[in-house]
Amino acid sequence: MEIVREQDVVPFRNRVREFSTRIGMSLVNQTKLITAASELVRNMLKYASGGKVILEIISHNAKTGVRLTFKDEGPGIADIALAMRDGFSTGRSLGLGLPGAKRLVNEFDLKSNPGEGTTVTVIHWKHGR
Amino acid sequence: MNTTAQVLEKNKERILEKWMQNQLSDASLRDDLMTSDELQRQSKEMLDGLLRAVSKGNHDNIYDTEFEQVTDTLRDISITRARQGFSPRETGTYVLSLKQALIEVLVEQRQDDTSTLYMEIMQLNTLLDNLSIVTFETFIKGREEVILRQTDEISEISTPVIRVWDGILALPIIGTLDSARTQIVMENLLQEIVNTGSNIAILDISGVPAVDSLVAQHLIKTVSATRLMGAECIISGIRAEIAQTIVHLGIDLSNIKTKASLASALQLAFSMTNLEVRRNDKNKGLNIMR
Ligand SMILES: Nc1ncnc2c1ncn2[C@@H]1O[C@H](COP(=O)(O)OP(=O)(O)O)[C@@H](O)[C@H]1O
Ligand SMILES: [Mg+2]
Repeated sequence: MEIVREQDVVPFRNRVREFSTRIGMSLVNQTKLITAASELVRNMLKYASGGKVILEIISHNAKTGVRLTFKDEGPGIADIALAMRDGFSTGRSLGLGLPGAKRLVNEFDLKSNPGEGTTVTVIHWKHGR
Repeated sequence: MNTTAQVLEKNKERILEKWMQNQLSDASLRDDLMTSDELQRQSKEMLDGLLRAVSKGNHDNIYDTEFEQVTDTLRDISITRARQGFSPRETGTYVLSLKQALIEVLVEQRQDDTSTLYMEIMQLNTLLDNLSIVTFETFIKGREEVILRQTDEISEISTPVIRVWDGILALPIIGTLDSARTQIVMENLLQEIVNTGSNIAILDISGVPAVDSLVAQHLIKTVSATRLMGAECIISGIRAEIAQTIVHLGIDLSNIKTKASLASALQLAFSMTNLEVRRNDKNKGLNIMR
């Protein structure tokens, strides 16, 4: 799914809701995943002027979950450890997006090369663990 | 031999007639949106412009000045149809049925010269396909304008400030609280605080589907602005799943008064203003009867 402007956020979140409902995820877990997704998609818009998200339903060891891959070709993140710190922001916002998203989902992976872009992958399982 | 333009010019009446027939016979065209007189007038204007451009030898480049009038008329028609609620099919049929009429007339007139006919049909095809693209681009733009206007209207009407009690305002927020909405919400709220001299505002977020750090930041800003006006703010309608998410995100709302429901927020507001709601003694009988 292409994300290029703020108006894409709500339809995107609805897609995430659709995917998590389809595998029977509980309301609390749905809300956690949607909120994390919202953070990551907003970062993509704000810091990389947009990008792409891939939504997938995955199965692993008898567990079902939703995997979201956020890919942008923005400036990238020079110091990942710093960006992951609570309260760190270059955008005068709360600085809770990345660390908060990591706490909300089961699996979180961030790869970034300055000048090339950023890819964040998150997985949230049906039962939240 | 006559040029394409001459053949078409000579048979203009027939083309228009066929075209009108094609348009009117399309079962999907609704006559409630436009009279056939209007359609006839519009179509004639369009055909005149088209033939004028073709007679200047331009068969393909619709972005040249000869076609300005044609594309302008077409855009006009498409945008009007988009606003009036015509379907894409009805709008597209307009140009596509002209193609049909033009080709029919050429086939009649060029019976003895199929190779010229072939070339002419190819040219007209390209030309009218390009014009249909203009139609669709404009039609979609027209629809987008409608959507944008509705979005504006929705954010206006969906941020009411309700005076629930003397000195107590409530503001139910429904939908996503993005930056533009927050601005409107905040302005309405602060204005209403001034107008009513209220000292408590309840921000109810039961209708907000997700609270991420941006929404939280907006809420915190609204609360600070309210405080600067000398009023206190209570946030209500924090559902269980939202509360959990806020905690995981690491958002600190400990400086803000929060309540699960609008009812409990109202109760808190009453006690903050030293008001008390009691059951009237006279109602005792009623209670027993229930
Ligand atoms: N997709 C991205 N591309 C480039 N930089 C990013 C991206 N996402 C996050 N960052 C950087 O990481 C910082 C922390 O992000 P986040 O935790 O979401 O906080 P905030 O969005 O409030 O700044 C941002 O301020 C920004 O500098
Ligand atoms: Mg962020």
